[in-house]
Amino acid sequence: MISRQEVEHVAKLARLHFDEEELARLQPELGQIIDYVRQLAELDLSGLEPTSHAVPLKNVLRPDEPVAGLSQAEATSNGPDVERGQFVVPRIG
Amino acid sequence: MSARPTGTGRERWEAVIGLEIHVQLNTRTKMFCGCEVTFGEPPNTRVCPVCLGHPGVLPVTNEKAVEYATRIALALDCRIADRTIFHRKNYFYPDLPKAYQISQYDLPLGIGGHLHVELEDGSNLRVGITRVHMEEDAGKLIHAGGASGRIDGADYSLADFNRGGTPLVEVVSEPDISTPDQARAYLVQLRNLVEQLGVSDVNMEEGSLRCDANVSVRKPGDPLGTKTELKNMNSFRFLHRGLEAEIERQIEALESGESIVQETVHFDPATGTVSTLRSKEEAHDYRYFPEPDLTPIELDAAYVERVRAGLPELPAARKERLAGQYGLPPKDAGLLAANKPLGDYFEALAGATGDARTSANWVLGDFSAYLNTAGLEVAECPVTVAALTELLGLIADGTLSGKMAKEVFETMTSTGESARSIVAERGLGQISDAGELDAIVARIVAANPGPAEEFRQGRDRVLGFFVGQVMKETKGQANPQMVNDLLRKHLGSQVSQG
Amino acid sequence: MDVTTLTAHRCRELLAAGEVSAVELTRAYLDRIAATDGAVQAYLAVDAAGAVAAAAAVDAKPRGERLPWEGVPIGLKDVLCVKGMETTCGSRILKGYIPPYDATVIAKLRDAGLIFLGKLNMDEFAMGSSTENSAFQTTRNPWDLDRVPGGSSGGSAACVAASEAPWALGTDTGGSIRQPASLCGVVGLKPTYGAVSRYGLVAFASSLDQIGSLTRDVRDAAALLDLIAGRDPRDSTSIGLPEPVGEPGRTSLEGLRFGVIGELIGDACEPGVREVFDSAVDAIGTLGGVCEEVSLPSVERGIAAYYLIAPSEASSNLARFDGVRYGHRTAESEDLYEMYVRTRSEGFGAEVKRRIMIGTYALSAGYYDAYYAQAQRTRTLIIQDFARAFAAFDFLISPTSPSVAFKIGERTADPLSMYLSDLCTIPVNLAALPGISIPAGFSAGLPVGLQIIGPHFSERGMLGAAHALEHHLRVNVMPPLAAPEAAR
Ligand SMILES: [Mg+2]
Ligand SMILES: [Zn+2]
Repeated sequence: MISRQEVEHVAKLARLHFDEEELARLQPELGQIIDYVRQLAELDLSGLEPTSHAVPLKNVLRPDEPVAGLSQAEATSNGPDVERGQFVVPRIG
Repeated sequence: MSARPTGTGRERWEAVIGLEIHVQLNTRTKMFCGCEVTFGEPPNTRVCPVCLGHPGVLPVTNEKAVEYATRIALALDCRIADRTIFHRKNYFYPDLPKAYQISQYDLPLGIGGHLHVELEDGSNLRVGITRVHMEEDAGKLIHAGGASGRIDGADYSLADFNRGGTPLVEVVSEPDISTPDQARAYLVQLRNLVEQLGVSDVNMEEGSLRCDANVSVRKPGDPLGTKTELKNMNSFRFLHRGLEAEIERQIEALESGESIVQETVHFDPATGTVSTLRSKEEAHDYRYFPEPDLTPIELDAAYVERVRAGLPELPAARKERLAGQYGLPPKDAGLLAANKPLGDYFEALAGATGDARTSANWVLGDFSAYLNTAGLEVAECPVTVAALTELLGLIADGTLSGKMAKEVFETMTSTGESARSIVAERGLGQISDAGELDAIVARIVAANPGPAEEFRQGRDRVLGFFVGQVMKETKGQANPQMVNDLLRKHLGSQVSQG
Repeated sequence: MDVTTLTAHRCRELLAAGEVSAVELTRAYLDRIAATDGAVQAYLAVDAAGAVAAAAAVDAKPRGERLPWEGVPIGLKDVLCVKGMETTCGSRILKGYIPPYDATVIAKLRDAGLIFLGKLNMDEFAMGSSTENSAFQTTRNPWDLDRVPGGSSGGSAACVAASEAPWALGTDTGGSIRQPASLCGVVGLKPTYGAVSRYGLVAFASSLDQIGSLTRDVRDAAALLDLIAGRDPRDSTSIGLPEPVGEPGRTSLEGLRFGVIGELIGDACEPGVREVFDSAVDAIGTLGGVCEEVSLPSVERGIAAYYLIAPSEASSNLARFDGVRYGHRTAESEDLYEMYVRTRSEGFGAEVKRRIMIGTYALSAGYYDAYYAQAQRTRTLIIQDFARAFAAFDFLISPTSPSVAFKIGERTADPLSMYLSDLCTIPVNLAALPGISIPAGFSAGLPVGLQIIGPHFSERGMLGAAHALEHHLRVNVMPPLAAPEAAR
């Protein structure tokens, strides 16, 4: 289960908004999924290391050599709002 | 922020301070892409799909950044982790293109080091280093519109990602610092150390060295109080002022029965005050997890030793060497070792003069005092090692008294002239003391009755013999006009007596 | 010309023999798309002008100077960045996004002279098993237009099944190539994680995503893998293949041991699927291979682990869609926070939001150890189970999907049941293994796929075994839609 309050908190963290109708559907759906995945929380896997890469690699590094990037026009060409080569963002906070 | 706390109130509290220092590395390229690291270019001209966080891009770690970070960690006596990984620190902000910063979390590169900080009173503070980790810098926001040009008054902001992805090393200290003075001394010493390692421009104005502080206050013996995170102190002076203001704010709050909230506090250099920016969002939850796009880094002992071997002589070792080699007191050795250019200056001077103690006294005394007041770096000082060597030579041969030498030094700093020419111009080195010269002249006249008689017989040239004798006796420092007058007086008086 | 019988190899032969020009071949596919895609809805965008121009450039070259695959057309899942070509990932939030760079696989195919026909539909951000989660259209299964093609590479699978391209690229995070291949009756190959660069693949779950192919047969799958595989300095996690897989020519399975994963042929499996699977097991025996059941108990935890790991990584990967540098931005907002929330809430579809929510929850303070870390430990367990099985068997087999293509709309109301249908394919991604789905037969007129799983970097051997079986089963047939008369 996941409480309504938790759903709203998580939505905030994720920068999402759900209206009443959506919340009414989402809360039980998330609850059902979380109840399902919770089966793992009950396993005793204390002897196992968590795996983030199933094919282990290490020390993959890049030489400190410059590579050509984008021009200002290319960099900003997808910007929804651009002013003097910079991305415009609304008032912060 | 009204009245200052009373002296008695202030003294009942002690501050507990830990610093988080971000060092921008001076690698050629960014942390995870091949864009050049630059300063002051037109906006969004040093960017690529990777550092703009475009869909589908992947990071690849800059090997030089790892080496530089390892240098810093080793210089701070940290243990280099056998296995270190990157984590994602997730939060939304317009200067953070991926909405996560690639940083390090529970497996940082360097762990458990320390830095010995030489305090001005000659004592020594050991500041523990919790961790040294690698991460990427954010882009830059310019707050536009509105009246203030500041974030809170701005209509909108402009994002430039040239700086985004610049390699950073974060050095996190233990809360071993208890005063703003100590904090500043620690930051200065860390700056000097990193500069010595050649891995950063360490320029606080340009932001290549940045400092945040965790601050709490408590009554001695009490458990730790709630801490705040103090940000935006981009000079040594602002760090000091920011800490003072925040410590005062906390003490005031506690004295008046309020409690401290764990939050971020901004120092405003313009007003000298601190303000809390309580946002409408909830507290940060960074949702760290291992960065799946990068591999772990496992630096073997051979690599670590290679990096260690490439380190310059570090302050702790230099202190020991200076004390042994030059017979300096530990305090002097420590102060000289803590500041690489100053230490270098001292060693050159001691070599040239052959007098380490005097050299150390001068470098730590008048020389450092001058640099401090003038706000100059050693390299910018008009008094070169050669120039100061000449000055110390004039003291050694008795030309100048210590007191006079100080005056000459002052003139040297303002005019850039050499010590000798200042001495000659102002007649400073001469013995012009009538009483002293009178005694010498009387003694010489009495010791040479034959030539004195010749003079009285009218052989004026004999006067030159007497002048030579006086000059020999005074090592040429006697004022010739006075010598002449005194000789004539003494030789004449002998006549009247005879 | 009739393109419906063409594999990529056959295209190559016709071009090499001068029997068809690259422009003729490209136009034939464009015509085919024009004729059938109104019904199938596989393509999100067709780049007719670009494709013809590229083909004309190939024709302008003397035949002797061309690269082997020069002039052969291909379809691309819309999750791959192509410089100058709109890339949406099936999402409103990326509508209008024109990548300023090529994905590494795209650059490789460009260099090899392939002709890009267009971008193929998919579940939004590759999240789904039916392609119903596309923000733009629902792709239909060419075998039955009322049914889903599977997903998330549903557009790629349907496009190849409907002969709207000889082959296509897809991506596979939990079965997104193999499951639609199974449902559409084509060959779907997911290489070992790290065999193919992910640079330019819009990330869903970084530790699981892998680019692969949808083709008409195993030979084409091998050839396309050799075109796209390789270590890439832009992808820290890429390794490449130890050697090119070359041309799979194997026709016997003599000397090979196949483990049948017991946990994947149980109750979840439809009887019709089970029947086809059993006959494939018999065929392996006929070809001289040995089949034995093997137990991998941990694979039953695979879905739970996957639905923690993948959404967690996705919640972070999809945070960059914030309306600042590209993509959709809400029309009006008071301040930054509101801009973020409106942009993202308008731009993402329901399934994407659901997964972002699960991932954000699983990573949030206090839950990390119980969920994400525990899922990564479960992954370790699954890897160990596979390693044990591969000590005794050359390959492991299972049905690719427990069911045949289901009706459009049938499972949309119940996300969890949709998730559970990925039972057979998900453990392969968690263990980073290569897997292939080949057509094995039909159940009630709908294709059923067989999944072959190999050890890490065993693509060469795995494709060889798949080739022998394919050669014997001979079920690579066209859907009714593909008959020439249906095209008119
Ligand atoms: Mg940091
Ligand atoms: Zn870049």
